[in-house]
Amino acid sequence: MNIQTRHTFGRSVRIGLLGGIIAVFLCLVGIVEIFGQRSLIEHLISLGHVFLFLPLLATGYLAAKDNSEQGQQGKLSLLLAGVLSGLLGGAALSIFLLIGNLIDIRAMFIHASPTLYGMLTFGRGMPGAWLPLLIGALLGTLGALARLLPPKVQQPLVRGLFGILLVGLFAGLVRPLLIARSGKAEDLGRFLFGETGLTQAGALIFFVLITGIIVIWSARGKTLQVRISRLPRAGQSALRWSSIGLLLIMALILPQFSGAFIAQVIVLISLNILMGLGLNITLGFAGLLDLGFVAFFAMGAYTVGLLTSYGEYGLAHLSFWSVVPIAIFVAFMVGAFLGLPVLGMRGDYLAIATLGFGEIVRLLAGSDFLGPWLGGPQGVIGIQKPCIGSLGPFLGAGIPRVCHGLELGGPKEIYYLAVVCALIAAFVASRLRDSRLGRAWMAIREDEDVAEALGVNLIQTKLLAYMLGAAFAGLSGAIFGTLVGSIFASSMQLMVSFNVVCLIIVGGMGSIPGVVVGAIALIGLPEAFREFSEYRFLFYGAALIVMMLSKPGGLWPSSIVQRELHVMEKDEPDPKSAPSVSTSAK
Amino acid sequence: MRTTLTEKFGEVAVFMFLWGFRILVVSVVVVGTILSIRGGKYTGVQWMDFVVFGIARGSIYALIALGYTMVYGILRMINFAHSEIFMSGAFGGYFLANAMSHTGFLDKNPVLGLIAAVLVGMSVSAGVALLVERIAYRPLRKAPRLVPLISAIGASFFLQYTFRGFFGPGIYAYPNIKVLTGEWNILGIGILKMQVVVTVAAFIMMAILYTIVMRTKIGKAMRSVSENKDVAALMGIDVDRIIVFTFAIGASMAGAAGVLYALMFRQVNFFMGFVPGIKAFTAAVLGGIGNVPGAMVGGLVLGVFESIGPALFLGGLGIPRPYQLQDAIAYIMLVLVLLFRPSGILGERLTTKKA
Amino acid sequence: MKRFTLILTVLMVASVILTACGPKATATPVAGETLPPVVQPPAAFVCTDALGCVNIAPSDPIHIAFWGVLSGADSTLGLDSQYGVEIAMDDAGGAILGHSIQLTTEDALCTPEGGATAATKLAVDTTIVALVGSSCSDETVGGIATLTNAGLTTISPSNTRPVLTAADRSPDYAGYLRTAHSDAFQGKAAAEFAYNMLGIRKAATIHDGSSYAQALQQVFVDNFVALGGTVVAQEAVAKTDTDMHTVLTTVAAAGPELIYYPIFVAAGGFITAQAREVAGLETVKLMGADGMFSPDLLKGAGTAAEGMYLSSPDFSMFPGTYLAFVDKYRTKYGTAPLSIFHAHAYDAASIIFAAIKNVAVVDADNTLHIGRLALRSAIYATSNFPGITGTLTCSQYGDCGAPVIAVYQIINSDPVSWDPGVNPKKIYP
Repeated sequence: MNIQTRHTFGRSVRIGLLGGIIAVFLCLVGIVEIFGQRSLIEHLISLGHVFLFLPLLATGYLAAKDNSEQGQQGKLSLLLAGVLSGLLGGAALSIFLLIGNLIDIRAMFIHASPTLYGMLTFGRGMPGAWLPLLIGALLGTLGALARLLPPKVQQPLVRGLFGILLVGLFAGLVRPLLIARSGKAEDLGRFLFGETGLTQAGALIFFVLITGIIVIWSARGKTLQVRISRLPRAGQSALRWSSIGLLLIMALILPQFSGAFIAQVIVLISLNILMGLGLNITLGFAGLLDLGFVAFFAMGAYTVGLLTSYGEYGLAHLSFWSVVPIAIFVAFMVGAFLGLPVLGMRGDYLAIATLGFGEIVRLLAGSDFLGPWLGGPQGVIGIQKPCIGSLGPFLGAGIPRVCHGLELGGPKEIYYLAVVCALIAAFVASRLRDSRLGRAWMAIREDEDVAEALGVNLIQTKLLAYMLGAAFAGLSGAIFGTLVGSIFASSMQLMVSFNVVCLIIVGGMGSIPGVVVGAIALIGLPEAFREFSEYRFLFYGAALIVMMLSKPGGLWPSSIVQRELHVMEKDEPDPKSAPSVSTSAK
Repeated sequence: MRTTLTEKFGEVAVFMFLWGFRILVVSVVVVGTILSIRGGKYTGVQWMDFVVFGIARGSIYALIALGYTMVYGILRMINFAHSEIFMSGAFGGYFLANAMSHTGFLDKNPVLGLIAAVLVGMSVSAGVALLVERIAYRPLRKAPRLVPLISAIGASFFLQYTFRGFFGPGIYAYPNIKVLTGEWNILGIGILKMQVVVTVAAFIMMAILYTIVMRTKIGKAMRSVSENKDVAALMGIDVDRIIVFTFAIGASMAGAAGVLYALMFRQVNFFMGFVPGIKAFTAAVLGGIGNVPGAMVGGLVLGVFESIGPALFLGGLGIPRPYQLQDAIAYIMLVLVLLFRPSGILGERLTTKKA
Repeated sequence: MKRFTLILTVLMVASVILTACGPKATATPVAGETLPPVVQPPAAFVCTDALGCVNIAPSDPIHIAFWGVLSGADSTLGLDSQYGVEIAMDDAGGAILGHSIQLTTEDALCTPEGGATAATKLAVDTTIVALVGSSCSDETVGGIATLTNAGLTTISPSNTRPVLTAADRSPDYAGYLRTAHSDAFQGKAAAEFAYNMLGIRKAATIHDGSSYAQALQQVFVDNFVALGGTVVAQEAVAKTDTDMHTVLTTVAAAGPELIYYPIFVAAGGFITAQAREVAGLETVKLMGADGMFSPDLLKGAGTAAEGMYLSSPDFSMFPGTYLAFVDKYRTKYGTAPLSIFHAHAYDAASIIFAAIKNVAVVDADNTLHIGRLALRSAIYATSNFPGITGTLTCSQYGDCGAPVIAVYQIINSDPVSWDPGVNPKKIYP
C-alpha cells in the first residue's frame, strides 16, 4: 500500500470511529431505546433502529465520498473504504456491548438498559455481540454503494428514503385526521399508516410517489424554470400573484380540514411571526439586541386579560375588539418606558439590561406584592373570547358573557384572526423598512456615531424602534391571551425571548420572509414532533447549531445580506485586496 | 448642527426621565433601608449574616463569570453554553465524590477528596468546553456577531438534554463531608464552614487565574489576542491555540464552581446551570465585560445585593414576600449601575468599537 | 435542498387537502363532534347520545389517553401516574369486552399552555374514549374546556387545587373528575396537626410561587388562625432558587415554632437542608406536603430531613390491595414508586374501565359503541367503588377521592430506606 492509500484509509478509519461514537452516544442518551418503541414501518423497522443505523450508513457514504475526493477512483477501493468505516462504527457498538456486560454502566448512564442491549444484539444477548460489526460492515457497504450510484439514481433514492422518514414522523399527526373523517378517508388512513408509523404498503407507496416526483422534477423542472424566466414581465408577475393567491386560498380553508391541533400550531406560529416581526424591527433593522422581548408580550396579554376577564381580576369588562388597540398602545408606551433607560447602552450591556427588564416584568406579574391586582400565581383566568356580533351583559364573576353572533371560540376560528394580523403586520413592517425611518434604523445598526453625524436623531429613532417592536409584541400577547383564555406569569419566561431571537436569526436577520420561515422551523416543527417530548430540545439545540453552521445568513436572508455575501464572494479571488477584518458588529 | 425645537425638547425630556428614574430608584432604596433598619426586625448579627451569605453566593457567581468574561474578551461572543459547562463539572465531580464517599475515602481524607473532586470537575468541564468550541464555535469565527450566539444557545440546549438523557431528570445528591458541617467562629460571627471553604477556594482560584493572565507569557498572549486577533497572529501567536486555552481555563473555573456549588447546595441535576449562568452573565456585565477583576467584583456585588436587598430595601416598605423580587432587585441595580457607568463598575479594559 | 423542502411541503399540504375528498361527516360544530350513525345490516346501532359515540371495530383497541407532565423537572409526578394506569391495564388483562386497551400519552409540561396544547391534540383524536389526567392543576386550567367541549371525560389522579371541584366551578369542568384529594382537606389536616398535636402557636409558611403551593399554604393559614394560632411570617421563594439562607433568616427573625412549606422536592430539599444552618432555626419544626413526598427529598436534604413532617394521602387507609399493587409496581418498573399518586391513577383507570363495561353497546360481531354522555354520566354515578385508595364515590362536582390525609414523619434520612408507612412513619391521626 502506498502512503496515499494508507492516508486515505486512515481517514476512513477516523470517519468510521466518529460514526460509531455518534451511534454509542445515541444509545446512551436513550434515543435508540425510547424511539425503539415507535415503529417507522410497521413490523419491519422501528424508529430507534433507524437512528442506530443512520450514523453507520452515513459513515459508509462519507468515507466513500472522502476517498473519491482524495483521488481514489477505483470502485472496489471506495467500497472497501465504506466497509472499513462501517466495520469500525459497528466495532464501537460491540465494544460498548462488551463493556456493558462487564461492568454495570447503568449506575451512571440510566439508558444503558437490557432493552438497549437487546436491540443492539437483535435479541440474541451476549452471543450476538459481534452482530453490530456485521451490521456496520453491511451498512457501510450500502452507504458506499449509494455514493457509487450515478447522481441521477442516487438523488431520488436518498431523498425518497428521507422522505419516508419524514412522512413516518408525521404519521402521528395525519392518521387521526383521516380516521376522524371516516369512510374512504378512514380506510386510506388505516391503509397507509399503522398505529405508530407507516404500514409496509404505505411506505412503498410514499417511496414511489416521492422518488417519482423528484425524478419528474429534475427532468422537467429545469425546462419549466427556463420557460418561466423567458416569459414577459407581466406574465411572470401574473404567475407569481396567482401562486400567492392559491397559497392564500389554501391557507384560508386549511383549518376546516386539518383539525384543531394543526390550527393551534399555526396560530402559535403566527403569534411568533408577530413577535418576530416586532423584534425584527428592533434587532434586525436597528441592530438593538433586546433579550427581554417577552415583557411587551406580557403587557399585551395582561392588558387584554385585565380588561376583558369575567373572572375576579377583571378591572373592566370590555369586548376583545375594543381592548386590542388599548393593548397595542400600552405595549407601545411600555416600549418607550423600557427603552429610555437603555438608550445609552450598546452591545452586550444592552442585551443583559433588556434581559433584566424582561425578568422584572415576569417577577412583578407573578409576585404576591402585585397579586391583588394581577392575580399572582393564580393568574388571570376567564378571558372573554372575541365575538363578532354583540356581547351579552356582564353578569358576575366567573360567568362567561354570552355572544350573540359568531364567537371565535377555538383555535380554528382564532386561526383567521392570527393569520390576518400576521399578514397586516408583515405589510406594515415592509413599509417601515422602506421608509425613511427604516433607513435611519439601518444606519444606526451599521454605525451609530456615523449615523448621528449624518443627522439621524438617535434618541427618536432608537425609541421608535423599541416602541414599534413592542407594539407588535403587544398584539401578539393580546391574541395569545384570548387563545388560551387565561394568563399566568409563568408563561412569560426568558425562553420565549430567546426563542424569538433565535427564530429571527435562523430565518435571516432583517428579512421579513425570513421571520416566517424561522417561525415555522423553530415553532412548528417541535410542535409537530411532540411525541418525542423528552428529546425535542435535544434536536432543537442540534438543529440550531446545524442551521447556523450551514446557513449563517439565515434560511431566507434579506436581500441586503444576499448582496453583501455576493460582493464578498466576488472580492475573494483577488489576492491583492486587504482581507476584511470582521471586528465590527453586524 | 442646529437642532430643532422638538429635538431639543425631546432631549430634555429624556434627560429628565433618566434622572427621574435614577432618583426614584435611589430614593426607594434609601427610604426602604432607613425603614428596615429602624424597624428593628433584624439584629446586627443577622444583617452580618446576610452579607456573609451574599459573599458566599457571590464568589460562586464570580467564578462562573470569569469564564464568560474571558471568552467575551477574546471572541466578543457570549458563550451561552457556559452554564452547561458549569453543570457538567458538577456532574463530573459528583460521580467521583459519590464513589469516594461509598468507600469511606472521603471521610478519612476530606481535603484530598475535595481537591480530587474539584480537579475532576475542572477536567470534565474543560473537555466539554473544548468539544463545544471545536464543533459549534470555531467554524463561525468570521460570521456576523449574532450567529455564534444562536449556535451557543443551541449548544446549551443540546448539552442540557444530553445530560438529561445520560443521567435522567432526577436529582443527584453530593455526599455530606462530616468535617465541613457546622460553623466556625470568625471575628465573633458564626459562619458556616462550608461557606468559608467555598469562598476561600473561589478566591484562591481567582487569584491563580489573575496571575496567569497578568504574569505569564501565555497570559500576555491571551491579552494580545483579545486586543486584536490579526495583529497578534502577525506577532507570531498561534491564535487558535490561545483561544482553545482560554476556553479551557474559563471552563475549568466554571467546573470548579460547579463542584463547590454542589458541595454547598448538595443537589445536582441537568437543569441546575441555567439560573446561575444567567446570574453570572449579569455579574460579568456588571463588573465590566471583558475585564477579569471586573468579573470578580461584579460577582461579589451581585451576590451581596441579592442577599441583602429584599430584607433591606423592600422589607421596610412593607412589601409582602420580598424574596420573590430578589432577582428584580439585582436587575434594577444592574440597570442603575449601567446608567451611571455605562461600561460596568470597573469598565471595559479595552476600547473597541461597539454597536 | 430548497426544492426538496418545497416538494415535501406541497406533498404535506396536498395530503391534508386530500382528506377533504373523502365523504365528509356532518358539518362539525364548535362544541362536540357528532359522528354519523354507522350504517349496518338490520338491528343496527343508532347513536342517540347527545355528545356522540365512539365506535370501535372488532379488531380495534379501546383507546385511553394519559395526559400529564412527562418531561422537565416534575416528570416523576406524571410518570408515576402513568405507571399506575399501565398496571391497571395489566390487571384488567389488557382487554375489556374482548378489545385490547391502548394507552397513548401526551405531555402537558405542567403549564397552562402545555395543558391547552395537549388537550387540543387529544380532542382531535376521535378514537379516544376517556382520559386519565392531568398531573398539575395548571394543566387542567388550560386544557379542560377543550376536552369537555369535545365530549371527553378525564379523571385526574393528582390535581389537588380546591377550585377544580368546587360547587361554583364553571360548566367547562363538566368533563372533569379526580380521584386525588382537594387541598382544602390537606391544609386543614396540617393546621389541625400543628395546633392540636404539636402544640404550635406560632407558625410561618413559605411557598414557591406556584398556584398549588400558594393556595395550599393559604388554606393552612386560614385554618391555623381559625384554631387560634398566629402566623408570624408568610414568605415566598422562586421554584428555581437554591440559596434559601436569606429567606430563612427573615423567617427566623419572626420567631416561629414551625415552618410549613408545601412546595416541590427541589426547593423543599434546599429549605430543609439549610434551615438548620440559619441562626434561630435550630429547633424549629419543619413540615411539608405531598409535593415533597418522594425519596428525592432525602437525597436533597440529607440528614436534616430527619424528624421532618410531611402530609400526604393516608396510605394506611388504603385497603390491603395497595401493598399488592406496590409489589407489582416494583416488579414491573424496577423502582419504588416515584411519587404518591400512582394508586390514584390506578383507581382512575379502573373507574373508567368499569364505566365502559357498564355503558358499552356490543354488537353481534363485537363492535363496541360507547356513548360519550352515557360514559360521563356513568363515571359521575360511581359509588362505593372498591379502589386501592379506599371506597370511592364520585360527587356531582367531580370529587371521587376519599379525602383522608395523614401526617408522616421521616425517621431515617438514607434514601435507600424510603418506604412509605415505615419511613416516613405515620403519626397522625
